[in-house]
Amino acid sequence: MKAAQPRLRALACSGLAVLLLLALLSGQWWLGDLPGRMQFDARLAPPGLDHWLGTDALGRELWARTLAGLALSFRVGLLAALLGSAIALGLALLTTLSPRLDALVRLLIDTLLSVPHLILLLLIAFALGGGLQAVVIAVATTHWPGLARVLRAELLQLRAAPYIGISRALGKSQGFILLHHFLPHALPHCLVGALLLFPHAILHEAALTFLGVGLSPSQPAIGILLADAMRYLSGGYWWLGVFPGLGLLLMVLGIERIASGLRRAL
Amino acid sequence: MRLALATLRRLLRLGLILLCVAGVSFGLMMASPVDPVDAYLGPLAAQVSPEQRELIAQRWGFDDPAPLQFGRWLQQLMSGNLGVSHVYNQPVGEVIGQRFTRSIALLGSAWLLSLLLGFTLGVMAGAKERSPLDKVISAYAYVTASTPTFWLALLGVLLFSVYLGWAPACCAGPVGVPSQDIHLATRLHHLVLPVSTLTLLGTASITLHTRARMVALMRSDIATHAFAQGATRADIAWRHGVRHASLPALTLALASLGELFGGSILIEQVFAYPGLGQATVEAGLRSDVPLLLGIALFTTLFVSIGNMLADSLYHMVDPRMRRPRKPGSIAS
Repeated sequence: MKAAQPRLRALACSGLAVLLLLALLSGQWWLGDLPGRMQFDARLAPPGLDHWLGTDALGRELWARTLAGLALSFRVGLLAALLGSAIALGLALLTTLSPRLDALVRLLIDTLLSVPHLILLLLIAFALGGGLQAVVIAVATTHWPGLARVLRAELLQLRAAPYIGISRALGKSQGFILLHHFLPHALPHCLVGALLLFPHAILHEAALTFLGVGLSPSQPAIGILLADAMRYLSGGYWWLGVFPGLGLLLMVLGIERIASGLRRAL
Repeated sequence: MRLALATLRRLLRLGLILLCVAGVSFGLMMASPVDPVDAYLGPLAAQVSPEQRELIAQRWGFDDPAPLQFGRWLQQLMSGNLGVSHVYNQPVGEVIGQRFTRSIALLGSAWLLSLLLGFTLGVMAGAKERSPLDKVISAYAYVTASTPTFWLALLGVLLFSVYLGWAPACCAGPVGVPSQDIHLATRLHHLVLPVSTLTLLGTASITLHTRARMVALMRSDIATHAFAQGATRADIAWRHGVRHASLPALTLALASLGELFGGSILIEQVFAYPGLGQATVEAGLRSDVPLLLGIALFTTLFVSIGNMLADSLYHMVDPRMRRPRKPGSIAS
């Protein structure tokens, strides 16, 4: 029983993750237009029974906006993490082909890692002109190098393994080895890496949006909500600032726990 | 001799990386939808005829192929000319210099404090695995590692400036007072909140790392031997643990300068602190390309020097690390 426990926990974690995913993805459907509906008789209402988390300056329900923002962050994070890990996997596989390619990829990794993340994010988002697509691309481009480095080290170790040598001696082509030996080995690492990338991606998306170069102000992103809250801070409207951030923290923490649970089980 | 060669190789690598960063950021700026003629003209753009625009483009060489433009830009860069920032109406070098001297107080103190605090907490937590103290500290580190930087800063403003009124909510000094008249105590008072926010967030990774090292040490033969000789846990933590874990902590702190800088951008934005981070955001929002490029290069240099120091520290202090294997880290 004891040996099976980490796997059991991983299973429970994955189940929980799937549930969370479904809830967030269907959020748009059951929230409807609530995040954008204005109630002019209830502007800046404090949290209470009528307005669960209070309302903002235009009388929009904060709980609905927070949930919609979380769903949006989740989508952006998911896309960025998938794209980022796909890049990382592709380039890590490329490094096994020839030493020259390896040196090139390493230079690229070192280059991207030596610019502060947020600066590179700003540059890319600026170059692409903001918006959802730009944020996803920016976050993916800045987050793949860490994962690629791990995958590359893993594959380099694997390349020295006897069974690769045997495969080669049997006359298998490089493509065959890549597809049948390296890829299956790297895939689980890549998936866990993607999950670990996920919280970072979400946090960076929110940061970028908060600074004003990310998602457009019309969308109820968490970064937008918090930037909005900044303007009403001195008036003591604390719920505007506290709840969206708390939601983001809880989501990131949850994903992070699930990811490290999965990694331990692997 | 060997050290000199290694240093030379590192410097060459640094130069190569800087060149790559320059290439990448130049490429990004070329790809951006901002029209260089518009950016140059600013508000005057409406008064200029298409013929004049063409002349300007010709004069500045905007129609030349990109590699030629890149070469020209690089040449100017080598001679120390970073261009003029149109947001601040000053040479980019000056803007960066001024802003950085303000940011360095924030960055430096937060860096030092987070290193000390993170290390202490890590040693305390790792000294006795699964003790109540360990659980509390680990939980703190896990939570702060997932906290959005700007949200914590926002909460800080809300609690300490709006409700308690202990600390000023904005800027590097009182509004409307020229900067040379501000007393040192006032300056420090304005720094307290930003520095503590940045510190709280920076400690998480150092704490977790140090804790892991301490836990590994406490399970090792060294610790077992010391226990058999009658040493207490505190003895072992102090005599072996601190030495064992201090170098990795320092290395990690040096290697995470980029993260720290990213945090300072957000924090300066929340506190309206006029440092380099705020200038970065301004440059991004108001499409000040020369300033953006300058800041990208400058921060890369800053971070790379941190990384280089981290690498060479290991080599100098620990003879076992002559052939180091890079520790794998995901998404720093």
